[in-house]
Amino acid sequence: MTDHATQAFALRGVSKAFRYFRLENLNLELPLGQIMGLVGPNGAGKSTTIRLLMGLIAPEAGSIEVLGHRVPEQAAVAKERVAYVSDDMRLFSGATLGWHMRFVARLYPDWDEAYAQTLLKHFNIRADQGMRGMSRGEHIKAMLLLALARRPRLLVLDEPTSGLDPVARHELLTELMQIVRDESRSILFSSHNTLDVERICDQIAFIDRGHLVDARDKESFIERWRRISLDVPTGVTLPRLKDAVDLTLGERLATLTTDRYEPALHGVLEQCGARVTDVQRMSLEEIFVASVMRSRAEVQS
Amino acid sequence: MHSPFVISQADPRPLYQQIKDQLRHRIAVGELKAGDEIPSIRQLAADIRVSVITIKRAYLELELEGVIQTRQGRGSFVSDNVQLGDTIREQELQGHLHAAVQSAALLNLTEDELIERLREVRREDSQGRT
Repeated sequence: MTDHATQAFALRGVSKAFRYFRLENLNLELPLGQIMGLVGPNGAGKSTTIRLLMGLIAPEAGSIEVLGHRVPEQAAVAKERVAYVSDDMRLFSGATLGWHMRFVARLYPDWDEAYAQTLLKHFNIRADQGMRGMSRGEHIKAMLLLALARRPRLLVLDEPTSGLDPVARHELLTELMQIVRDESRSILFSSHNTLDVERICDQIAFIDRGHLVDARDKESFIERWRRISLDVPTGVTLPRLKDAVDLTLGERLATLTTDRYEPALHGVLEQCGARVTDVQRMSLEEIFVASVMRSRAEVQS
Repeated sequence: MHSPFVISQADPRPLYQQIKDQLRHRIAVGELKAGDEIPSIRQLAADIRVSVITIKRAYLELELEGVIQTRQGRGSFVSDNVQLGDTIREQELQGHLHAAVQSAALLNLTEDELIERLREVRREDSQGRT
């Protein structure tokens, strides 16, 4: 039952093969009241993951639950409280936004007309606009409005910000953060924009070539990564550190990237004769690139 | 009405640290006083568009440092320690001094040189004010 679900969704051991692509043994879950950012390069499997959750395709192995309902078997029930917006969706070009709003309101009893009117103002679009005359950004805003005004328990957005200008993106992030003021509502969104993900997500999932590279809460995720600049005098050899994700050696200066940083590491390095000259935190974007590069190197070796 | 939080992703400090610093600063200047209620975690997250988990971390650390108190089901408050403003200003100064010592070491300044530089800055500052 929806009311007893403690998780927005859970994927367990999910696999799905296509001709040139395979999603393998995916384990991913999102607690209620949280936002998860799904990050990955093009073709990594983000949209496939979302389509599996929406019951649009069936897994070959593993189980999927959305708001306590098994998917795809009970996808129809789950979807009453799930709203999904994807980059490649299109509204009816012959109708106005207002026509779509009345249509969605009839299908979903939780439709909030007052909120829909507020969103029209925030997103700077009009109900009497025909879809045919809308720009790409306006079209995305129209779809987001139709999803948000349903007041879904789970909102799933596939690349929601890619076609939006900075002002519209700002408005969208504001609306998303309003949603999770309610501890029972959750959001999953995939994005290339790591700055947005870093700012508003509670959980982060990195995916590359059909594999989950890493998934955990954002704070402990970012806290573990550091880039350490070292002065390595001639004759000093750095030991092989199991915590090193990357080590770039120059003639005298070295840069060590680690995903298991702790202050004790300074002592270890200085005992070897190296001097720590700087310790930097890393942005989510830098962390993402470093983890994908490492995971690809491991696959090749 | 409290002044709004300003969170920047171009700031080298992590988001949770910016939130901690700004709350401490409000207490240091007296905008927030002992016993004052501060926004709930989800309220502040929505107001400044920063993830709930980041605000949670900032509040948890401030609680461990004795700056705020969270009462189950009643919200979060500035601690009932009246000396707090001074203590925090003290800690802020300590942080700046540490940073100055580290910068001086990178420039290979001696202790005396660093102290002389501090005196110069104080002179400049007091002349600038008159």
